[in-house]
Amino acid sequence: MTGWTVVLASGAGCYALKLAGYALPQRLLARPGLRRVIGLLPVALLSALIVVQSVADGSRYDINLPRLAGLAVAGLALWRRAPFLVVVVSAAATAALLRAG
Amino acid sequence: MPVAAGAEPVEDGERRRTVRDSLGVGVAVGVYGVAFGAASVAAGFTPAQTSVSSLLTFTGGSQFAIAGVVAGGGSALAALGSGYLLGARNTLYGLRLAAVLPTRGWRRWLAALLTIDESTAMALSQRRPALARVAFWWTGSCIYLLWNLSTLLGAVGASALGDPKRFGLDAAIPAAFLALLIPQIKVRRAEQFSESKKLPISDIRRSWLQLSAAIPIALLAAVVALVLIPLTPPGVPVLAAGSALVLLAFGPAPT
Repeated sequence: MTGWTVVLASGAGCYALKLAGYALPQRLLARPGLRRVIGLLPVALLSALIVVQSVADGSRYDINLPRLAGLAVAGLALWRRAPFLVVVVSAAATAALLRAG
Repeated sequence: MPVAAGAEPVEDGERRRTVRDSLGVGVAVGVYGVAFGAASVAAGFTPAQTSVSSLLTFTGGSQFAIAGVVAGGGSALAALGSGYLLGARNTLYGLRLAAVLPTRGWRRWLAALLTIDESTAMALSQRRPALARVAFWWTGSCIYLLWNLSTLLGAVGASALGDPKRFGLDAAIPAAFLALLIPQIKVRRAEQFSESKKLPISDIRRSWLQLSAAIPIALLAAVVALVLIPLTPPGVPVLAAGSALVLLAFGPAPT
C-alpha cells in the first residue's frame, strides 16, 4: 500500500467512527462493558506504542541510550506538568544533544 | 441583577467566558500539530500526505499511532488497525454529544469531523446545553484550523531539516505518546470516581477496584508489547495489546 492509500483509508475510517457515534442508538451508552473497553483502549494502545517506539527497531530490540534519556526527560517534564510541546521538544533536544556530544 | 432560574437564553457574559475558555484550549492543543507534522514526515510520509491526514483524519492519537507504526516498519494494515482502535473512542464521544448537539444535515457531518477529545471534554463540562454547543463549535473549529496550519509547518520544517534522528525525533515520538497517555489515565480515574459517587457505599468499593484499572491495563499492555516485539511482525505488538484488553473487558466483570 502506498502512503496515499494509508492516508485516505485512515481519513475515511476515522471519520466513519466519529459519524457512527451520531447515528447509533443512544441505548448503547447504557452498556457498561462497551464503555469500559472503549474508554480503556487508548490507555492500552498508547502504553504499547510507548514501549515499541522506545525499545524496538522493526522486530528486534534496540536499546538506544540517547532515546531512552530523552523519554526519561519527557517523563520528568510531564511530572512537572509541562505543556505538551515542552515535553516533546525536551525529549528531542536531550537525545540530539547526547548524540552530538 | 439575578436572572430567573431556568432562563433559556444564555447571558452574554457567560457566553463570552465559554468562548474565551474554548479558544484557550484550542490554541494550546492546536499547536501540537507541529509535532505530528514532523513525526509523520520522519515516518516517510510526504508533507502533502501529512497535511491531508490532518485535514481528513483529524484525531491526534490515531494520526500519531499510524505514523509511529509505519516508522517502526509496521505494515499498512497494522498501522491502520492501531489508528482505528484508537479512534474508536470518538464513536463514544459522538454518542454522548448527539444528545447535546441536536444537529441535522451538513451541521451533523461537520460536528462529526470536529468530534475529538478536547471538543467533547469542553462541551460536556458545561452546565447548560446552549453553552455546551458554544464550547463544542468554538473549541473544535479553533483546533481544526490551528492543527492543520501547524501540521503543515511541522511537516515542511522537518523535511527541510533532513535526518530526523540527528534532531532526536525518534525520542520525540514515544514522548508524545507518553504525553497523550497521562491525561487518558487521569480522565479514566476522574470519570469512574464521579460515577462512583452516585453509588451506595457498598458499591463504591467495587467501583474503586475498577477505577484503578487504567494503570494495570497500561502495564499489562506494555508487557504484552515488549514480549511480542521479537516474535511478531512490526505493528502487531500494539494491535495485540489492544485486542488483549478487549478480551479482558468483555470477560467477567470484577466483583
